[in-house]
Amino acid sequence: MPIEVNGKTFETDEEGYLANINEWEPGVAEVMSKEDDLELTDEHWDIINYLREYYEEYQIAPAVRVLTKAVGKKFGKDKGNSKYLYGLFPYGPAKQACRYAGLPKPTGCV
Amino acid sequence: MAKADFQVPVLKQYPEIPEIEPGATAHSSPFKSKPQFQAELGFPGELVDDWQTKALDKMGDLLGRYRSLRVYLDSCVKCGSCTDKCHYYLGTHDPKNMPVGRQDLMRKVYRRHFTLAGRLFPKLVGAEELTEEVLGDWYSYFHQCSQCRRCSVFCPYGIDTAEISMAAREIMDHIGVGQKYCNEIIGKVYKIGNNLGLPGPALADTLEGLEEDVFDDTGVEVKYPLDQEGAEILLVTPSADFFAEPHVDGLIGYGKVFHETGVSWTLSSHASEAANFGMFIGSYENMRRVALRIREAAIKLKVKRIVFGECGHAWRVAYSFLNTLAGPWDFLDQRYPVPQHICEFTYGLIQEGKLNLDKTRNDDMVLTYHDSCNVARASRMGDRPGGQFDIPRAIIRATCNNFYDMDEETIRDRTFCCGGGGGLLTDDLMEIRVKGAQPRVEALNNVMQEKGVTHMAAICAICKSQFTKVLPYYGMDLDQIVSVHQLVSNALVLTGEETDDEDEAADEAA
Repeated sequence: MPIEVNGKTFETDEEGYLANINEWEPGVAEVMSKEDDLELTDEHWDIINYLREYYEEYQIAPAVRVLTKAVGKKFGKDKGNSKYLYGLFPYGPAKQACRYAGLPKPTGCV
Repeated sequence: MAKADFQVPVLKQYPEIPEIEPGATAHSSPFKSKPQFQAELGFPGELVDDWQTKALDKMGDLLGRYRSLRVYLDSCVKCGSCTDKCHYYLGTHDPKNMPVGRQDLMRKVYRRHFTLAGRLFPKLVGAEELTEEVLGDWYSYFHQCSQCRRCSVFCPYGIDTAEISMAAREIMDHIGVGQKYCNEIIGKVYKIGNNLGLPGPALADTLEGLEEDVFDDTGVEVKYPLDQEGAEILLVTPSADFFAEPHVDGLIGYGKVFHETGVSWTLSSHASEAANFGMFIGSYENMRRVALRIREAAIKLKVKRIVFGECGHAWRVAYSFLNTLAGPWDFLDQRYPVPQHICEFTYGLIQEGKLNLDKTRNDDMVLTYHDSCNVARASRMGDRPGGQFDIPRAIIRATCNNFYDMDEETIRDRTFCCGGGGGLLTDDLMEIRVKGAQPRVEALNNVMQEKGVTHMAAICAICKSQFTKVLPYYGMDLDQIVSVHQLVSNALVLTGEETDDEDEAADEAA
């Protein structure tokens, strides 16, 4: 189902992930989060931006442990854990945050 | 956790056999594979013209190749023994999820075209054509079977519904009706080397991070080597071990065990996946192609032994089929099992007293153990029957003070599937996954109430991910599921490790 962002149309797959990661813009995350009744705060954006940086370097979303460690280092030790990330993204940091960031869904036994 | 748009089953103290609700989960079917994923695996991209004829041709081909399939389709006497044994039936109440109901979806087409009675008097013997409606049922209900084989334990003829499910998926793939989850993933193994699509540099970065973490925790330089030529052991483990929790805690544990023994080992970026989804889709050719990557890596890295990490169906493929698929393995050291399970490896060291294990480090948990279906019913460990049940439990008992088994009816060879095996571990099947988990979660809930169990250990990446997702639907915590080698990792006192509770531990031991 395609989504509308600032008058532009973005293709998504059956599960709501952006079809083309290169088309992403911040408005995509805004629109997707609104559909989930979630308001994006600076804390959410820190994660989304980190995911995009990591993806750009490695062509994959970071492993949960890599993510929590990086978050802990950058934003304080109390935030470097899964509980904090699930607090921000209740559907799971890998799946919900990746979707907002325009990344493809992690596949496999995860 | 996502909100459920279906009724989550209520847990009961005793298992109840539900009344049937025909069509209760007829609406459930997974996303279809896309043409590009199909092509990668050698299947047509979409439903082919003349699909009925082609499907029947393929069925004929499989009946010729696998004598077992014909026997299973011929020998059912409708005794009813299997009807209440499938976790998906118990959770969904849909009679087509009774093993016999599921088998009959294929059996009726088989009878129509491959038996004399069915050709002459179809109505008398319940024979039917493969219509569009029947194909729809196949796609839906053969993706509500996790190929766990529990029903076959109770069938007096040993009919294995898993093989029928696999055959059905193989036939559907050959007419262009594939499942997105499995087929996209197999394509990633061919392109990148693992189910996740984790490229070499990301894998190297992740492993480096683990080395830092273990050093910070213990002060010991435990290595997690990648592509190290000449290493003694090649570790083949599910890519979820690199990516997800609690899987990664198990991987940390394997590394610590190898470190303690001093044996050299390596992971491979070419074979960075133990899982083999070729089995789930019943495709010998794809299963073989995936398995051959392990052979290629073993030869290239000049290893002497292959050890598999905690992955249920991978161990079935490894233990039961690896020699046929990718052998002969005559270049490996024949003094060790080819291949060996990480649990066998660790258990051997425990037997020899080579690991310094401090059980009190797991005293914050009361454990139970979930037998994963493919390990329990399709493989073995060690040199004695039942080793696949006893060895993981022996490891838990050697690393933890508090352990209780769940109800005997729900463990060992009668274990209930986690609800997410066989290629169903995908969000588009969440209703089936949650409902299929009910019998297992019920047994877990009972030992939580009666014995104060807090955590359940498992040795399968699918089980671990499935429980992480579905336990919250039942009001439990996602971190109640742990890896067996996470318990080893916690308890193992490394040589040269800096501990601040050494005195306490000594007191406890005394």
